[in-house]
Amino acid sequence: MIPRKRLVGLGAFALATSLVLTACGGGGGEEPPAEGESTGIVSVGNGEPQNPIIPTMTNEVFGAKVVTNMFSGLVYYDAEGVVHNEVAESIESEDNQNWTITLQDGWEFTDGTPVTAQSFVDAWNYGAYGPNAQNLSYFFEPIEGFADVQIPVDDAGEPTGEDPAAEEMTGLEVVSETEFTVTLTQPESDFPIRLGYSAFFPLPESFFEDPEAFGEDPIGNGPYVMESWEHNSVIQLRPNESYPGERTPQNGGIDLVAYTDEDSAYNDLLDGNLDIVTNVPASAFGTFEDELGDRAVNQPAAVIQVINVPEYVEAFQGEAGVLRRQAISMAINREQITETVFSGSRTPATDFTSPVINGWSEDVEGNEVLEYNPEEAKRLWDEAEGIEPFGDQPILIASNADSDHQSWIDPTCNGLRDTLGVQCEFDAYPTFDEFLDARDNEEIQSLFRGGWQADYPAMGNFLGPIYGTGAGSNDMGYSSEEFDAKLDEAAGESDPDAAIELYKEAQTILFQDMPGIPLWYNNATGGWSEAVENVVFGWDSDPILYQVTKSE
Amino acid sequence: MLWYLGRRLLQVIPVFLGATLLLYALVFLRPGDPVAGLGGERGLPEAVQDQIRAQFHLDQPFIVQYLYYLKGIFTFDLGNTFTGRPVAEVVAEALPITFQLALMALVFESVLGIAFGLFAGIRKGKLFDSTVLVFSLLLIALPTFVTGLVLQIVVGVNLDWLPVTAGRDPDFYSLLMPAVVLATTSFAQILRLTRTSVIENLTADFVRTASAKGLPRVRVVGRHVLRNSLIPVVTFIGVDLGNLMTGSIVTEGIFNINGVGGTLFEAISRGESVTIVTLSTVIVLVYIVANLLVDLLYAVLDPRIRYA
Repeated sequence: MIPRKRLVGLGAFALATSLVLTACGGGGGEEPPAEGESTGIVSVGNGEPQNPIIPTMTNEVFGAKVVTNMFSGLVYYDAEGVVHNEVAESIESEDNQNWTITLQDGWEFTDGTPVTAQSFVDAWNYGAYGPNAQNLSYFFEPIEGFADVQIPVDDAGEPTGEDPAAEEMTGLEVVSETEFTVTLTQPESDFPIRLGYSAFFPLPESFFEDPEAFGEDPIGNGPYVMESWEHNSVIQLRPNESYPGERTPQNGGIDLVAYTDEDSAYNDLLDGNLDIVTNVPASAFGTFEDELGDRAVNQPAAVIQVINVPEYVEAFQGEAGVLRRQAISMAINREQITETVFSGSRTPATDFTSPVINGWSEDVEGNEVLEYNPEEAKRLWDEAEGIEPFGDQPILIASNADSDHQSWIDPTCNGLRDTLGVQCEFDAYPTFDEFLDARDNEEIQSLFRGGWQADYPAMGNFLGPIYGTGAGSNDMGYSSEEFDAKLDEAAGESDPDAAIELYKEAQTILFQDMPGIPLWYNNATGGWSEAVENVVFGWDSDPILYQVTKSE
Repeated sequence: MLWYLGRRLLQVIPVFLGATLLLYALVFLRPGDPVAGLGGERGLPEAVQDQIRAQFHLDQPFIVQYLYYLKGIFTFDLGNTFTGRPVAEVVAEALPITFQLALMALVFESVLGIAFGLFAGIRKGKLFDSTVLVFSLLLIALPTFVTGLVLQIVVGVNLDWLPVTAGRDPDFYSLLMPAVVLATTSFAQILRLTRTSVIENLTADFVRTASAKGLPRVRVVGRHVLRNSLIPVVTFIGVDLGNLMTGSIVTEGIFNINGVGGTLFEAISRGESVTIVTLSTVIVLVYIVANLLVDLLYAVLDPRIRYA
């Protein structure tokens, strides 16, 4: 009797403990770091890449970690987002429109073939060619002749199914093995900065023979080679012994481990089974900096969150509309929401770009509308009411509900309700693509959420693609001649500092029109185990993996 | 018997067709445009989207899409997922591990559930019985993600007794904790079911007769009470195999197991109809087979049941 009672007292946990006894033998964490060479293999929490590993296909973070470590472009970004030459010897232009690019000697793909001017030109032409349907094809849009390599469309905008007029862009010309020229359709002073993005990486000849096989077993020219790819499980990258560049691997390799759940990756990190996590789960926002100490990172990223105002909504048009936009902005307590809802893992916005971008500043003229100021907000709102009443309708903030947006939309709405005395609700769409559908078909009747992550570290990347007239991600339908002119002026400006000033002036125009209401910058949150050192998270929120050291 | 078996197996065909059609229709009716979501906030270039739609026949009417799917089934070529991997490969990769997990959970819950239930039933009203009852109520009340995360942090991170996550190529040992977590709710249910059934049978006439004719207690309980009490339990276990396979989404996420749950979840959020329908259909088939096995087991447990 007695032993049985005792068993029950432990209840079903008896089950767990009996399993545990056998566990002691097999467990075993990481060895403590010993003095000596850094030859250990660094394991990094990641996920299954969403596309084949082809640079012009890779538009998401899981694949990006593979591509940036396997390929070397003309330039690379350091942690601060500053551009350094990698394969390029020089990138020069007199007028920001006609560029001459020369390559260094001695670069090879890991299959032994040389990296030549042709490797770049062929890769770019492949990426731009419409029928190849490359996700990043729009990056080649500024190059002369891009339109001719797209599938022709009829008057209604439907594809005709015919072949494009040309197979190659006229703006690319190979001069010699190590030199080629690029002609753009208009001056783009930040063109060299863009060249570090994966869309512009070179491809070996073997790629063009069988792109599909290449996507499974890619060959690059970067610091690492792919040793194996077990889908949904792990991608093993090992140092490329013949790599001649500046990003020489300081470790024995990288294992990109796929997780579907951020919590489990984080728990693995705490247990020492994983060296680096690049995303701290929301459940640990409040505690991870205590738990990891100086092994935690929480710094602004090149990501900004906004509430966008569609131009077709009448209540937000005209003079009254602008007053309302400003009133809403001033009624949002950004400090409080970033602290309480996001536990400090967001940083209140002070402009339309991001603090990690060169040229960011806290004092763009006109940015006082981003400060929490309930009295002024109420005054502006009442002034707008005097011009044209808003009526009984509620303000709706639309977003997808399949990731956690309600947690900040609700307090934002509360702020609007308390300050402005209006109704405000979360307009939830079940999935992300339903939200996009409604957005693109102009079915959203009020405000909607927007987010932007920079592809390359330049201010222009935060402004042109979103607020330029007719730009790809200008979902508001915003159009301002003044703003467009300012952007063109900045794009043609060779002096970087002068260009930054122009971009600031462009933002002042945005603050007057408020096509979007900046909320906050996302922070890069992450951490690493005691087994690794020299972990630095770059401007793009990803750790710079080649310089991480780990002893075996 | 064989005739019966054959007839039951033939029923699989209409069920299969019906299930795929229904599932395909459900996925088709899901609002939104899966291709639009592929490019994140920015979206893919329009030309790229059009080509993806054409490649996956998403620009075709529902019935054409469904026929393409059937054609894929019968030619053993289901095509690729949006990420460019063969659907068949993805499904074949996800199934074995989930099946192993579900089977381990099934063994845990049935062996322990029946054992605890039997003893609780025999000692009805005693301390053992009351403790077990309260405890099982607690287990039923606790959602899987709570037990999962708590066990993971306590047993995995703090005590370091079992691996925190299953990792790649999970073996029996690293699947222990997930299987226990997965089994908890059903374990408590089987326990309660067995207990009630045992208590009922203990007062049955045939048990009194067996005791009266002087059979040893062990034999009475083992041969008469337990065997008769198992019929409702076996029914439950049969249905539960399917539940365990679909219900492992949460558990698989917590322990980073690359199985049906995660694959299905990802396919649903991406609107990848072929993967969703194929995986769900396999689970439907598991239900059918499990139920068939249960029906056959009835005959073993209760000799009065005969199939012809």
